[in-house]
Amino acid sequence: MPINRRDFLKTTAAAAAVAGGRAATGAPITSAIAAPLVAAPGAESYVEDLALEALNAAKDAGASYADARIGRYRRQAINTRERQVTGVSDSESYGLGVRALVGGSWGFAATSTMTRDGVVAAAKEAARLARAARTVQKRPVELAPAPAVKGTWKTPITRDPLDVPIEEKVALLLAANEAALKVPKVRFVNSGLQLLREEKTLATTDGTLVTQTFVRVGPSFTATALGDGDFQSYTEEIAPRGSGWEYVESLGMPTNAEQWASLAVEKLSAKSVEVGRWDLILDPTNLWLTIHESIGHPTELDRAMGYEANYAGTSFVAPPDKVIGKLKYGPEFMNIQGDRTQEGSLARAAWDDEGVAADRWLIIEKGVFKDYQTTREQSAWISKLTGVNRSHGCSFADSWSSVQFQRMPNVSLLPGDKDVSLDDIIAATDRGIIIRNRGSWSIDHQRYNFQFSGQTFHEIRGGKVVGMLKDVAYQANTPQFWNSMDMIGGKSTYWLGGSFGDGKGEPGQSNSVSHGCVPARFKQVNIVNTGRNA
Amino acid sequence: MAGRRVPSSREAPRSLFGSFAPPLLSREQAKALTDKVLSFAKADETRVVIASDWSGNTRFAGGEITTSGGITDTTLSVVSTTAKRRASVSSNVFDDAALRRTVDLAERLARLAPEDPEIMPELGPQSYTPVDSFIQATADLGPEARADATKRVIQRAGEVGKPAGDVFVAGFLEANAGARAIATSRGLFAYHRSTDANLSTTVRTPDGTGSGWASGGARDWAKLDPAALGTTAAQKAVASRNPVAIEPGMYTVVLEPQAVADLVPLLGGAFTARAADEGRGTFSKRGGGTRLGEKVMDERVTIYSDPADPDLLAQPFDTEGLPLERRVWVENGILANFSYSRFWAQKQGKEPTGAGGGGGGGFGGGFPGGLKMAGGTKSTDELVAGTQRGILVTHFFYIRFLDQRTVLVTGLTRDGTFLIENGKITKALKNFRWNESPLFMLNKLEELGRAERTAAGQVMPSIRVKDFNFTSLSDAV
Repeated sequence: MPINRRDFLKTTAAAAAVAGGRAATGAPITSAIAAPLVAAPGAESYVEDLALEALNAAKDAGASYADARIGRYRRQAINTRERQVTGVSDSESYGLGVRALVGGSWGFAATSTMTRDGVVAAAKEAARLARAARTVQKRPVELAPAPAVKGTWKTPITRDPLDVPIEEKVALLLAANEAALKVPKVRFVNSGLQLLREEKTLATTDGTLVTQTFVRVGPSFTATALGDGDFQSYTEEIAPRGSGWEYVESLGMPTNAEQWASLAVEKLSAKSVEVGRWDLILDPTNLWLTIHESIGHPTELDRAMGYEANYAGTSFVAPPDKVIGKLKYGPEFMNIQGDRTQEGSLARAAWDDEGVAADRWLIIEKGVFKDYQTTREQSAWISKLTGVNRSHGCSFADSWSSVQFQRMPNVSLLPGDKDVSLDDIIAATDRGIIIRNRGSWSIDHQRYNFQFSGQTFHEIRGGKVVGMLKDVAYQANTPQFWNSMDMIGGKSTYWLGGSFGDGKGEPGQSNSVSHGCVPARFKQVNIVNTGRNA
Repeated sequence: MAGRRVPSSREAPRSLFGSFAPPLLSREQAKALTDKVLSFAKADETRVVIASDWSGNTRFAGGEITTSGGITDTTLSVVSTTAKRRASVSSNVFDDAALRRTVDLAERLARLAPEDPEIMPELGPQSYTPVDSFIQATADLGPEARADATKRVIQRAGEVGKPAGDVFVAGFLEANAGARAIATSRGLFAYHRSTDANLSTTVRTPDGTGSGWASGGARDWAKLDPAALGTTAAQKAVASRNPVAIEPGMYTVVLEPQAVADLVPLLGGAFTARAADEGRGTFSKRGGGTRLGEKVMDERVTIYSDPADPDLLAQPFDTEGLPLERRVWVENGILANFSYSRFWAQKQGKEPTGAGGGGGGGFGGGFPGGLKMAGGTKSTDELVAGTQRGILVTHFFYIRFLDQRTVLVTGLTRDGTFLIENGKITKALKNFRWNESPLFMLNKLEELGRAERTAAGQVMPSIRVKDFNFTSLSDAV
């Protein structure tokens, strides 16, 4: 039965009563939905009306469930090298994506033609795609229940980075470059800013209607030193965050750039590493990415079930009945949390792209694998094993033009009980290497064999840092690696890293995700030399 | 709130955007749109770039379609320059007021941006080699036809994979059609339409020990054979079951064309003149100068870009509207040409070669104009037959740079790695991690196989090379 405007209004009005209205944008949901179908240009309700039009058209075309997502993405990028700006760009992308479930198969269509005709055509196309998909179906899709919700949410910020004058942004980057160029032998400096504001409205035939605004900032800095026929670069690990301009200012880039650049120079005279087994201390600036690749990805349920087999790969954390509550991922003190609520994190949201409320749960508890990352479609696949009947709220799309699918939440290593500092770990290490920041990274398609590098490598002898090494990469097998972890830092050593560009899916999508962690030590890890003469 | 404004039906020209999958912007429509945008512009110089795209995709796993999509979008970018200050703004909102906002914002950002001494003036009228990259059959590949192709892959893979039980079949089929137009305030106008279709499939055996993969890509959908791809992937899956571990080390390898296609394009940055001239390039010489004209690879290696090559059929202009012509990067092993951005070409007194996607002065921007590595006459099977002892590689995965200068990269083998003994495949092998450089590799060439199309705009041969550096084993299947 096609969704009825009045019924939809009733459902959302009821939900509104629960959620407490829409104070943030000033307009109660009831009046927005009750507005004329095509509101005057400029009216906020037009977005909601278009979404409703799409839902109705999908219903009319035979969809048992549909969701319509309208997104407006504003991105700005500024890149500099040395004393000049190499690029200033600003983009806006606006459109609607509609997903229709017909006879248990999905179809998705997206359009930038934001008119009634445009969104109705997209909805019909989504239903047509679903009907075509149904001819190659084995088991119909079933969605876990999700209560209808309504409301608004916005990344808490003090200053919107897209409203900061461009001169201020450029001045900050060029000041950092100038400071770096003062360091002898530093010849090249690149710095940049990536800024995003994403406004997204989701309406579903279940009666959900939510609008969210996400703000994300990603600064970058790299210095390159030249000397004696060699060159070495140093990239500072500046975490991108779900924060406003105040976060960029708090980084003190112009103040710190000189010290960052001097690390590139120091690398010129670093000693090439001796291959073999070393105790490894990974600073949080390096470890976050190792967590992302070797825990974040293998615990995605779609990977475990083969949905990514043709691209990103499958997972060694499979099949679910053999690993849930059984797989010993690491030591007893290892707890890994999935989280969409963490302040400042990139994957923070109030609801996912299926309208499921943000969740926080343990993926690994006391070293044992406990639960996957899930969407509404996926949670029933494992609910008997986990006892969890809800989706963990991991369905996201990177654009209005992309279909939502399972994407990684913030996946973090929780601090140890004791107040152990990085210095304590170094002091307790007889022969080791401490690695900071992300370097090269590569991992196989079941997430077993990985090889990661870093930006700086310091040798530890007898509990003390004795000098800098270069050409270092650590190569390991995921379960062996995590089970070799024997020390972790306490709460005060926790740091939140992250990435704007986590790729997955076909067609490819890019997800923003943060990973918090503390420094950790791993025993007797295989170190390879990546130098050009190796 | 201007930011949330939505054009009504009346504002969007129905003739252009009325239906779901509109015809891509025609040359005339693109010209009318760029003329209009240029008429709004007040900057010293303005460039308008239009990308009008349709994409249809079908994804499958576990023998069924999991997601499928149809997407239409048209994006317009305005690049404004005022006195050596430049900025670009793009938007996909097209009513007159929005177009004016886009132009105004680009001009405002340009005025605010500091001077860039390397800015080159926009180009005036150019003439381009005509290239026909648009195949209607690809642009018409709708959901039903894609579902049907998917079914053929799954059925055939199921039949061929039967000896291993009920195989798991996954894959992805995508068809794209797009139009690009570039216009400048100096009178340049360029327009090009193209299509491409890509189908890849992965087949896994139910015991989880075997995995095979096959892929094809072309401008013309009719050139792809879904059943044949299903056959190849399933054969590899069956044959790759129960792999054995052999000691990592230096091995002779036969790389299928897709594996070669994973590595050779990584040489893009190495051909950049600026990095070479500045002493930080792959082909910089210690103490100054470059290796141009020197032998840098085996003498049988020839690599070139040529938009008009019938096997490539690439867009004949770059992002600034610069005409792209045949460029031979390596000829018979000799470093024949560097790539020059317009700025660096002017500084060095050379001809610019065109920028890769998205600015950066052509710095590491890939190969506009497609990429072809010339091949020999033998099939991959014949290369295997001529191998005493070696490893056959289907393709590679998760390749990341270790050292930009030597193009040293790390990655893994995937979906069909086999031991060759006395000219025959004798065993399935566990996957390896390797650390290798396509530059080193093309110096260790033993034999060139036939070149074939690995994707639209890309042709690569199979090759046999010695001493490929496998560094560790992977348990991944």
